[in-house]
Amino acid sequence: MTGTAARLAIRELDVRFATDGGEVHAVDGVSLEIDPGEILAVVGESGSGKSVTARAVLGLLPETADASGAVLVSGNDVVGLSGARLRALRGEDVSMIFQEPSSALNPVFPIWWQIGEGLRAHRPRMRRREIRAEAVKALEAVGIPDAAERIDRYPHEFSGGQKQRIMIAMALALGAELIVADEPTTALDVTVQAEILDLLRDVRDRFGTSIIVITHNMGVVADLADSVAVMHHGRIVERAGVRELFASPREEYTRTLLAAVPHLGRRSAWTLLEPSAQQALEQAEPVVLARDLVIEYPGRLGRAPFRAVKGVDFEIRAGEVFGLVGESGSGKTTIGRAIAGLERTGGGSLCVLGHEMNGLRERDFTPVRRRIGFVFQDPATSFNPHLTIEQCIAEPLVVHEGGLGAADRTRRVRELLEAVELPGDHAQRYPHELSGGQRQRVSLARALVLGPELLIADEPTSALDVSVQATVLELFRELQERLGFAALFISHDLAVVDSLAHRIGVLYRGELVEQGHGPDVLQRPQHEYTRRLISSLPVPDPVEQARRREERRTSSS
Amino acid sequence: MTLSNPEPVGEGDAAGTDLAAESAVVAATARAPWYLRLPVVSHLRRSVGLQRGMLVAGVVMVALLLLAALAAPLIAPYGFAQTAADGEAFGTQQAPSAAHPLGTTVTGFDVLSRVIWGTRTAVAVMVCAVAASLFLGVALGLLSGYVGGWLDRVLVMLADAIYAFPSLLLAIVMSIVISGGQSDAWGGILAAALSITVVFVPQYFRVIRAEVVRLKAEPFVEAAKVIGTGHRRVMGTHLLRNATRTLPLIFTLNASESILTLAALGFLGFGIEPTSASEWGYDLNRAMSDATSGIWWTGLFPGLAIVLAVLGVTLVGESVNDLNDPRLRTRRRRRRSERKVSA
Repeated sequence: MTGTAARLAIRELDVRFATDGGEVHAVDGVSLEIDPGEILAVVGESGSGKSVTARAVLGLLPETADASGAVLVSGNDVVGLSGARLRALRGEDVSMIFQEPSSALNPVFPIWWQIGEGLRAHRPRMRRREIRAEAVKALEAVGIPDAAERIDRYPHEFSGGQKQRIMIAMALALGAELIVADEPTTALDVTVQAEILDLLRDVRDRFGTSIIVITHNMGVVADLADSVAVMHHGRIVERAGVRELFASPREEYTRTLLAAVPHLGRRSAWTLLEPSAQQALEQAEPVVLARDLVIEYPGRLGRAPFRAVKGVDFEIRAGEVFGLVGESGSGKTTIGRAIAGLERTGGGSLCVLGHEMNGLRERDFTPVRRRIGFVFQDPATSFNPHLTIEQCIAEPLVVHEGGLGAADRTRRVRELLEAVELPGDHAQRYPHELSGGQRQRVSLARALVLGPELLIADEPTSALDVSVQATVLELFRELQERLGFAALFISHDLAVVDSLAHRIGVLYRGELVEQGHGPDVLQRPQHEYTRRLISSLPVPDPVEQARRREERRTSSS
Repeated sequence: MTLSNPEPVGEGDAAGTDLAAESAVVAATARAPWYLRLPVVSHLRRSVGLQRGMLVAGVVMVALLLLAALAAPLIAPYGFAQTAADGEAFGTQQAPSAAHPLGTTVTGFDVLSRVIWGTRTAVAVMVCAVAASLFLGVALGLLSGYVGGWLDRVLVMLADAIYAFPSLLLAIVMSIVISGGQSDAWGGILAAALSITVVFVPQYFRVIRAEVVRLKAEPFVEAAKVIGTGHRRVMGTHLLRNATRTLPLIFTLNASESILTLAALGFLGFGIEPTSASEWGYDLNRAMSDATSGIWWTGLFPGLAIVLAVLGVTLVGESVNDLNDPRLRTRRRRRRSERKVSA
């Protein structure tokens, strides 16, 4: 790497934040350089300082931050810059793509106006017609069809992936030589993510743009990046070329990080089972039986109701983990909620633990609830902040086993905490004092405290870091084997589902397009959508991913 | 003195300060002894700089108000309806002197004594009004937000209808209904307090209802439902405790509103008779004609008392509001490191 020609050079960057809990040292002496046309991925877990580093490149740190060191963009030091000079630099030299495209675009202005806003800021004399022409050009460059007509549309008329394309177009319109992309595909579905990654690679090839990608997804790194910087506790622990890093990581931390990433098809839960166990599962009684299940959300007055689930057939047998995968809006969470009695079924039949849910009264279902556990997606909001961990876990006991004494309850809570591998003194803490992974363990403990026959886990690990996710999944697997409950495991991540579920159902727009045992679905997908889903999923291995990418390109053309 | 319908303050802020901020506060303060967890005390400990100054100023003013109300018989030189001492009349409209530090009124009352005794009326109305509207408003809001459906719609409509009334008009009507406009001390205080209650209940109702509607969709409430928790337990354990965090704020702001409403009622002649209790609004009313003839002391001091009481309570309320919002709260460390950089 040649230091003189670097497009961006960060030297000894140091950022501190003032918070309620005292000072936080977010970035601790980071030095980085990026060459023209290089795609650098900055990876790390939440709190590693990767986003703060990226934002410092644009001078976008909040007021509570205190930065020192140097960030040289085309020879200008951003850290000391303010006002007009910083604004001149933003857009023309550096641009940013945000995580959530729907909130990064202003909903009340048409697209051309938003692209033009940056142009006007840098070239005040520009005419309206010129701006529109530039906007069309930029949109065409990112592959939005009918750009000339669609520049007058508003953000809500575009899909999430298209909005992210528009964000990239805005960065390109000003000819930015460096794009900072902060988790650009995290909010998108896998199939859309693949398209955006292709586009970013294409932009680099055509315009020679340098790109910094902030991500926690090792698959994205393997797919897109030329080189990788691994961050941990505000420091860069390892900086290497992408193939080198995946093939032979030097640092211990990088090794554990890579080991924690679930790899599609490597540890399929079904193939790990003994043949006798497989047979036992095949013959077990179903605890959940859905036949032609329909779930609708009532529409506004005079409108037809929205049909979230359109005639789905599946069953979950006793002791079996059924994985449900699908994009956002495919109805997977709705099915989980319907089984837990949080959503009314609109048609067909859903039989849970021998009770028909269609038209069931809440009072009749209450005794069944003690046989069902539920783990929610977001560990931050699924606990009452005013209750201690012990009170949270003991809640089902209080409700269903009122006769139990306080001492017995405490003993039971301790047992559960031990089962989910948390120290017993955590019982007196408050949810906020625990980390996300610990909270999800507590969530698991709460779901299991009554010894349920069925557990519904709705994306239980999607809010967690990779290494934490790995330990929580391991715990889940172990508890399931030991306690033998049936489980519905909902996730958007095919690799996670495969490592856990005995059977997988693929949901697409409210329809179950495919179901079967893990290896069958992954290796011999029958439905077109399943094939697309599998080929879009980036594998955390740059060599294999390059081959898959090539395959996808040839098959689609 | 016009009385605007105060905005329900908590409603706008509810979305801004989210559950995470709330849980941070709970976790940080849960270990402290109970007296340090009380609303204003915990805020005082968290504050720094100008925000602390404002809060302390407010707390001092409120403390003085409460102290004066408590010890009125000891501090006040004369009774509130006393026009003579030792058989000797005070005289009317006497300028401030050694015997009457703040002078006397047109009816021959001692101004200082009237001002001090007036704190009692103000505090009594404040406590009655806020307590009554608090319980009613919170209970209705909790029920309405949780149950939803037609009950919710009817209650919201009722609250809106009360909002549509000019609140002072409503207060006047209430005071006429309750006590025929004039009455003895407690009758007057209750009349004023109840009329204020009617105006305030919709505020508590709407704030609590908005919070409950928001919280009802939070996963932890759904988690409770999945477990099979009964409605009463969901409302009491999970919703109530999380919905009430904006209450100290509305509480203080409504307290200052109630002082103003009481003064306005008294000023218009619907308050308490001067012989049954001292009331600042009434004194102001009587001082109107004095102002034109250069007698300043009869109007100035009751007016100042109103201003200070309202200012004190409002300062406490505003500071609590700022300290509850993580984006508005200033922090200690940052200031120190700034100094380090500049040095």
